[in-house]
Amino acid sequence: MQARHKSMKAFGENLALANEQLKVLNDQNGRAHFDEKYELLGEGHLKAGKIEILQINVGKMCNQVCKHCHVDAGPDRKEIMTKETMQYCLDALIQHDIPTVDLTGGAPEMNPHFKWFVTEIKKLNRHVLVRSNLTIFESNGFEDYAEFMANHNVEIISSLPYYKKSFTDKQRGDGVFDKSIAAMKKLNALGYGKEDEELKFHLVYNPVGAYLPPSQSELEQDYKRELKNNFDIDFNNLYTITNMPISRFLDYLIQSGNYDTYMQKLVDSFNPSAAANVMCKFTLSVGWDGQLYDCDFNQMLELNMDNSAPKNIKNFDASLIENRRIVTGQHCYGCTAGAGSSCGGATA
Amino acid sequence: METYYKPEDLLKFGEMDEGAPELWKKFSSWYSSVFKAGALTEREKSLIALAVSHAIQCPYCIDAFTQSSLEKGADLEQMTEAVHVASAIRGGASLVHGVQMKNVNSKLTM
Repeated sequence: MQARHKSMKAFGENLALANEQLKVLNDQNGRAHFDEKYELLGEGHLKAGKIEILQINVGKMCNQVCKHCHVDAGPDRKEIMTKETMQYCLDALIQHDIPTVDLTGGAPEMNPHFKWFVTEIKKLNRHVLVRSNLTIFESNGFEDYAEFMANHNVEIISSLPYYKKSFTDKQRGDGVFDKSIAAMKKLNALGYGKEDEELKFHLVYNPVGAYLPPSQSELEQDYKRELKNNFDIDFNNLYTITNMPISRFLDYLIQSGNYDTYMQKLVDSFNPSAAANVMCKFTLSVGWDGQLYDCDFNQMLELNMDNSAPKNIKNFDASLIENRRIVTGQHCYGCTAGAGSSCGGATA
Repeated sequence: METYYKPEDLLKFGEMDEGAPELWKKFSSWYSSVFKAGALTEREKSLIALAVSHAIQCPYCIDAFTQSSLEKGADLEQMTEAVHVASAIRGGASLVHGVQMKNVNSKLTM
């Protein structure tokens, strides 16, 4: 598969449209609907509980164009959260005691109000996680962002698909591995990723193809050993994440002839323990335009929250959001297969 | 085109329980125990299985254990080295029989 330089949207590709992706996913081809499997747990339909994490997608612009990206992010994407919408998010945080704010994108740092937003969230004494792609710290105009993160005690979570150059560059683009190594050294120098230190820095592994992730704990040992021995790099935890059959990864699955076998594998690998811990139970996802979703994947599929819940962060009301019915689809099998998958890695 | 080997047949492996369910049950139980982590990790066992798959040239096994090796965290480099180990043993096994050829040659010639 060729490297990408622009988003699917920029090329006007059909699968850039959420409803086209849903058409593919909704053709179950004999596979049980996710709800049928989930209901075997005996808890009825999947429902949310107390909001522990407010995950905010501050925009789809990114300096990278990764082949598996579920956001279809890239330098050409113009969807960026405004300061006004960020203020609605802050208002929601003031109104309700959500302990953690998880900032994602795109490259969240590319939002022009990023620093202001982080500073304001920290004033509310909330823990801030940023999903950073690492290479942004090595990009022109962003050289001081790592230091800014350290000064505000921001927890950093970054993708590194493998501890070797070949797999990483294959998925994320040529030169990404070397830049990521340079960025990780910068983070380590600031005190990130060191055992017993306050500044936390985690890495994310996701498979470079149509297969499930390995054991999180075993792979973490490999990453720690290889990155330490070869580059003298430290990090705190490794999170293994399953590739979701949406957006660019869905396109890859179809083009490579892997779609049906991958979906069947996700269904066959349904793990009740993983299903019991899915992140949508305690996460609320906010889109760049303030729209509310059960998770970042539903956001990309434009599956808004259940009708009884508010549609936009400006109408935030925790009492209407907690205990809501989660909107599900066949893509949800991605979070329940094998050891499970979430923004915090394996769940079982 | 008709072929003896069809990828979809791999998924029918479980149908081998028909006719001899007790034997299949014993095989399945032993098979799954073999691949659990023990003195060797699951990844090491997958890579051994991948090498053996090439030695016995079983397309089903190559398909299954390439996927399994990837899912245990191996990469192309490690899998290729495993295939070379199998190939070296197969090649070496042919070559070492050259000693028999030499023995026969010694016996038959002056």
